[in-house]
Amino acid sequence: MSFPLLRVENLSVSFTTYGRTVPVLHGVSLDVPARSQVALVGESGSGKTVTMKAIMGLLRQPPARITSGAIYYDGADLLTMPEKERLKLRGTAMSMVFQDPMSSLNPVFTIADQMATILKYADRRLGRTRSSRDRMQRVYDTLAQVRMRDPERVARAYPIELSGGMRQRVLIAMALLSETDLLIADEPGTALDVTTQAQILKLLKDLVEARGLALLMITHNLGVVRETCNSVYVMQKGVIVEKGETAAIFEAPAHDYTRSLIDAVPRLTGGRRFGTAGVPA
Amino acid sequence: MTQMSLAPPEARRLSNAYQNWYRFSRNPTAVIGAAIVVVCILAALLAPFITPYPEHVGAVVNFRARHQPPSLTFWFGTDNVGRDIFTRTIYGMRISLLLAFVVLGTAVPIGTILGLLAGYFGGWTEAIIMRITDIALALPPLVMALAVAAVLSPDLVNSLLAIAALWWTWHTRLIYAITKQIRTQEFIEAAETLGASKFHILFREILPNCVSAIAVKTSLDCGFVILVGASLSFLGLGIQPPTPDLGTMVAQGAGFLPDFWWESVLPGLAILFVALGFNLLGDGLRDLFDVQEVR
Amino acid sequence: MLELKNLCKAFPIRNAFGRKTGALQAVDNVSMTIAPGDIYGLAGESGSGKSTIARMIMGLETPDSGEILIDGRSIHDRSDGVAHGRRVQMVFQNPGSSLNPRRTVGQSVAVPLDAHGFPRSKRPARVATLLDMVQLPAAFAERYPHELSGGQKQRVAIARALAVEPKLLVLDEPTSALDVSVQAKVMDLLTDLGRQMGLTYLFISHDLSLMRNFAREVSVLYRGGIVESGTSDTVFGHPSHDYTRLLIASVPVISAEEAALRPVIPLIDGELPTPEQLIALRQAADRQA
Repeated sequence: MSFPLLRVENLSVSFTTYGRTVPVLHGVSLDVPARSQVALVGESGSGKTVTMKAIMGLLRQPPARITSGAIYYDGADLLTMPEKERLKLRGTAMSMVFQDPMSSLNPVFTIADQMATILKYADRRLGRTRSSRDRMQRVYDTLAQVRMRDPERVARAYPIELSGGMRQRVLIAMALLSETDLLIADEPGTALDVTTQAQILKLLKDLVEARGLALLMITHNLGVVRETCNSVYVMQKGVIVEKGETAAIFEAPAHDYTRSLIDAVPRLTGGRRFGTAGVPA
Repeated sequence: MTQMSLAPPEARRLSNAYQNWYRFSRNPTAVIGAAIVVVCILAALLAPFITPYPEHVGAVVNFRARHQPPSLTFWFGTDNVGRDIFTRTIYGMRISLLLAFVVLGTAVPIGTILGLLAGYFGGWTEAIIMRITDIALALPPLVMALAVAAVLSPDLVNSLLAIAALWWTWHTRLIYAITKQIRTQEFIEAAETLGASKFHILFREILPNCVSAIAVKTSLDCGFVILVGASLSFLGLGIQPPTPDLGTMVAQGAGFLPDFWWESVLPGLAILFVALGFNLLGDGLRDLFDVQEVR
Repeated sequence: MLELKNLCKAFPIRNAFGRKTGALQAVDNVSMTIAPGDIYGLAGESGSGKSTIARMIMGLETPDSGEILIDGRSIHDRSDGVAHGRRVQMVFQNPGSSLNPRRTVGQSVAVPLDAHGFPRSKRPARVATLLDMVQLPAAFAERYPHELSGGQKQRVAIARALAVEPKLLVLDEPTSALDVSVQAKVMDLLTDLGRQMGLTYLFISHDLSLMRNFAREVSVLYRGGIVESGTSDTVFGHPSHDYTRLLIASVPVISAEEAALRPVIPLIDGELPTPEQLIALRQAADRQA
């Protein structure tokens, strides 16, 4: 088997708060092969966000400390490479789609300003030059790729002028500005309405498939996992308890925790009776 | 919330008191400030027992010992009539702290209650209270105290009145802003649907959420009130001799500069010391509470 | 138990100078009847008016027109001397913000007892009983909200709502801030309590899968108006309105059986249509016909 695009190997992280050190990740390993869609699913406190932050290099150290493990991107260990090299990868080779479309955008700059700045820094890190007209063209193109109807008008808008769904599209466009190979999405669409979320998930899925990107989806929603990813890692209390094909795991979970998680999800088909058995009526 | 989910669950199970103490002890500003404040308050309370010449507080005259430089006998030297400056400085601190406690003891409750009312009820209540506050805020306390002293007589009680009459406005503004923000939160709405009285909502639901802000503001204010009080005394509008007051001592000693520098500089440093202590404590408390707000 | 008659509420839209420039019809002629002991679901997205309806039932907003009747009596009619808060209570969406962070659990649960004149000496015992009802240890009365997990906080909020034994409970997205395994336990608790105490629930949510399994009657709200209502099985099994169909089609599901249940929605430019687009399409088609 060839080496995957992203490999997290035996990653352990601990946090020190109030003078006490508590481990939060215990030897987490996961693979994201090129052109594959992988989900990391877990409830709050499972460590999925810490894992994501460690991959993106966003962990604040201290209080966090990576006690062991390695994170390979394209065969190179991100944790041991010089900071400068790592910065080159962040936002270019691997990009992030953030969860909260309101707080991830700066309210005082237009969409065009913010996207052009991202592109400028990405170009600078990679030693590329691009005229400002080319840059704007790239911004418009990217906005069109996320199916914005009127890219030039959206680009001139301030975040507050856009609906939640449009802001989430802008965040996806931002992640696509550079020629990314890996997209890391942190609960995209959870802050949105169901119908808007469905649109965003479909868009993300279409983009990833059309461009041959790898997707690492961090989420707590099993439905989102099934809609977007073909393989899944289930995380609980800092440990990967189960991994495999999404359909297979949802059909027949092997681990007790996965089973209880799947059983807890209410089904659209109905038939679930809430309430504990044996309660006097 | 996202921040919080990163904290390990074990840490959340530690007791509140331990967490607060841990953060406090890791905050040098707060610790130093608290130490200074405690030392000053203890010194003021125990003044008769720790000062070498308690009788020098009154109109004692000892011309043989006048203008003595600091020595082992007179730690801070003596003044122009031969009184021990160290003794008088400690007693002066007593007056300064008393001033601060009386002014803030009246201004803080008044300001807090008005702020709560204006912020919660809005409408006319808000308009009236906040316009009066704005007018009062436009007058500098020192100028107000000068005016009161000019109309009435220049003594401590009148100065206190003048300062207290203006000081509440700052607290009204602060509490008003916090109340406005808290009023829209769900737990206030929950209390309303549960049938809680207005009194309950104001003093049991909103007030506890203002306590940290009040504590920070009050301890910062202590330093400022002491400075204003000393300024008034320096201008001859505050405490009248022979009662020892730090401001008065600086003013009197200023006439003998630079030869007998200790007569004004050392009481001046004492003012600085107390004011600094309260300011450090206030800043430290703010850092401490800010961390808590994040949770 | 609860009856809404032609309820309307509009919010003024003001310009920068505070002058009224228009109105947003948040609730538009909404009528419904909830039978005693029923679990009634109100489904809708943001801006559908579901929260405004809840706030009007709770007396936090006044309707522009229409009536809200509890047991056949208008909520503004207080002639029998029974306080509004004893008839209906509410469980809020976010347990993190519906509990005062500076007050202990015991103090929070005692608020309604205090407000409705429950004897002071019996309060600690009552608080302990209430906590026991929601399966929390009595010692939790001494704790502050930040020491509790999300699910525990929501249990406290439920205990508080039940303190003065109302017969009707408005549940405003009670589990949307919780993990799915915690959600299941809170829903179990609500079901058990509802049976034991004979409660009537008005369950407001955007989570259709949850609503399908919890509610018996369902109304779907779109832009302030009810577009479809019926039993849970009818509305979810055979949705008749386009908006309901789109809502159901948008639910992320975890099994093939569920996926098969979702209506097929025609794509527009390779994308799922927005509710507005879908409704405009239907209107255009109706005009053609």
